[in-house]
Amino acid sequence: MFSLLANSLKTGIVTEATPFGQPAPFGFPLIDFARCTMCDECARACPTGAIQSTTPEPDRRRLSLSYAACIQCRECVSACPEQAVRAGAHAEVAAYTRDQLQQSAMFVADSASGGCTLQSVEVHAGPGLEESAARLRERIRARLGRSLHVRQVDAGSCNGCELEIAAASNPVYDLERFGIHMVASPRHADVLLVTGPVTRNMEIALRRTYEATPEPRIVVAVGACGCSGGIFGEATYAAVGGVDRIVPVDVYVPGCPPRPSAILNGLLVAMGRREARVRSEARGA
Amino acid sequence: MSELARLVEERLELRDGTVRELRAGELLVDARTRDLRALAKAAVTHLDARLLSIFASDERASHGRFTVQHVWWLPSLRALLRVSAGIDPAQPSFPSIAAKYPAANWFEREAMDLFGVSPQGHPNPGRVALHDDWPQGVYALRKDFADDTVIARVAGDFHPFRPVSGEGVFQVPVGPVHAGVIEPGHFRFGVAGEPVLYLQMRLFYVHKGIEKRFERLPWRHCVFLAESISGDTAVGHALAFAHAIERLASIEVPARARALRVILLELERIYNHVADIGALATDVAFTVPASRAQALREGLVRLHERLFGTRLLRGTIALGGVKTDLSDAGRQELLAHLVGLEREFDHLITTLIDAGTFTDRVDATGILTHQAARDLGIVGVAARASHVDGDLRRDLPNDAYDGLQFEVPLEDGGDVRARLMVRARETEQSFRIVRQVIDTLPATALGASLPAELPPASSALGWVEAWRGPVLHYVATDEQGRIARVKINDPSFLNWPGLIQAVPGNIVPDFPVINKSFNLSYSGNDR
Repeated sequence: MFSLLANSLKTGIVTEATPFGQPAPFGFPLIDFARCTMCDECARACPTGAIQSTTPEPDRRRLSLSYAACIQCRECVSACPEQAVRAGAHAEVAAYTRDQLQQSAMFVADSASGGCTLQSVEVHAGPGLEESAARLRERIRARLGRSLHVRQVDAGSCNGCELEIAAASNPVYDLERFGIHMVASPRHADVLLVTGPVTRNMEIALRRTYEATPEPRIVVAVGACGCSGGIFGEATYAAVGGVDRIVPVDVYVPGCPPRPSAILNGLLVAMGRREARVRSEARGA
Repeated sequence: MSELARLVEERLELRDGTVRELRAGELLVDARTRDLRALAKAAVTHLDARLLSIFASDERASHGRFTVQHVWWLPSLRALLRVSAGIDPAQPSFPSIAAKYPAANWFEREAMDLFGVSPQGHPNPGRVALHDDWPQGVYALRKDFADDTVIARVAGDFHPFRPVSGEGVFQVPVGPVHAGVIEPGHFRFGVAGEPVLYLQMRLFYVHKGIEKRFERLPWRHCVFLAESISGDTAVGHALAFAHAIERLASIEVPARARALRVILLELERIYNHVADIGALATDVAFTVPASRAQALREGLVRLHERLFGTRLLRGTIALGGVKTDLSDAGRQELLAHLVGLEREFDHLITTLIDAGTFTDRVDATGILTHQAARDLGIVGVAARASHVDGDLRRDLPNDAYDGLQFEVPLEDGGDVRARLMVRARETEQSFRIVRQVIDTLPATALGASLPAELPPASSALGWVEAWRGPVLHYVATDEQGRIARVKINDPSFLNWPGLIQAVPGNIVPDFPVINKSFNLSYSGNDR
């Protein structure tokens, strides 16, 4: 008993004052569309289809990147012959819609030379961040205040996200100090923290868990699979895909798996206490 | 013909030339289905064989047949034995060996569920992988089933759990959505007050169709899929898959990469064992060591990120080698971290086993007897805690394990404490292994160059002893060199039945700590 006490005193406080903003060796990829020649190497290297190249019209080419499906494997960075794809340093990404995690660029293809010229960069479709944030805040403001009860639902995960969600409770991150409590039942919960891909065999359980959660309820989708099906894809015989295919999602936290600080950030975004950030950033920016 | 193949022929009483040594440590027998039982008996009796896998393949397009394969581990011969038999699609069945070798139980039923080949004489030929709302007669791993086929649910009253009866006897259903941050599965306890009479479980809630997905993705992308079979075993599964591909395509992995793979696999073992030991403390509400272990685990995953770029060691294994080198500064940092960790870890274990309040909860709790572990074919940590010896790092070494000095700790108790102590002692051995390898990192390239295409119509096994136990992958290619079949074996699949044996007789409140002491992967099991 005394040795336990002595050791605890000797160890001191390991909790970090702020767990946010520590640069990650690899956040998410950043594409410099101005340098892109539409050679498609990155799209071919991408194992999840997070990067896609399409030809919407005969003389138009489009390159799109979605953090929702990105597993941060870095294959696109090494595949790009123009060094147009770089490693972002920022990994605490959260968004209110899947579309906000998407960026794309349109190119004009010159049929004579085969070259492509950048025409426009489209950051995202759908509602803007501020509009989404205001809408979410309106829903939660009156009831949830500064305390959030969270029920975690593994709807098909590989358990990587569970490891990092569990780590958010460890003494270093200590999510309870932010007023966030992990609870044992959806009936006690304000928020469902759902990982995916939602499997056929978890679809009914996820629906019932959602229905058992009292209103107003918030759903946070965690991980590449929870946001988009990830490497397992969508609409296969065994996996439906992203959580939003089954229940409405309020906040998306991409990553494979997202680090504990990103998960914590996502929950605070859901509480309206942090601003959502949907882009990784260059090192030193 | 190899000496090893001749020896196996002799012991199995087979004709000359029936056993082929495909490549180092991998033997193949082409058998007739009707001989499967006799071969299984001979392998177990005369070669002390242990069953690692049974799986089916659909070769109707190329050979007009299904096949079923048994994979046996022959510890005394340092080899794996594949016994392969063709199945006539007109009569899709094969003789079951499950009545005699319970380890075959779920494997054979899974082959039935996903390929529609039925195990004749199976004592309990019900579904295991398919849930009840999947229709009859639809087999997802057959080649004529497209992976994006969406199958409507069948309505009805499902899954009759075995009833329990008697005064004061009732059932407690738990899951699939659990109270903690863990994976989904359904447990049904038959209880009389607190003591558990009988445990039934329903798994495969997180079946993602991974084996089918391997057949669709380009083979170079498949290493990322392998990393996501079980997130806590990213290195183990990626490495087993890489070994299978490298053996299939005769790719020679450079020496430095082989050494770094050992370090990565041991780091994965250390961080998981540390976390599990802390979780055992959590489950008996001993919070000081629980918090300490969580902090140690966090320190380790941050070290991983600094050294290799990711916290859970994803993206470190490449086909043909490794992705990230370890610099001299990185080596020094790793060694320095281990010095501090070893001291803290020692203190953690002492704190736990010196506390009567802790040992009272873990001693003689959740006993898996030696006999049960042997009969069920339990592997890995859970087997060694019931004094069943075996570790692929020593018995079938690959990468840089051959020649390293380390012990394979065994315990007799088969209880929660024994599984804790195996983890503790293995962690110490991992420190020892990392130190040996890190001192002699060869100066070679980090990866071999890969062929443009895989060899056609070939198959190979790849394996590692991951932290939970042996991980075994089987990869086969079709006539065009595309991946035709991948069979994934996570040790959890063999070990879940061990939990069913270990729980009855204990009280319901001890279930979490017993379950955690096995800490099996749902995702690795369900795939």
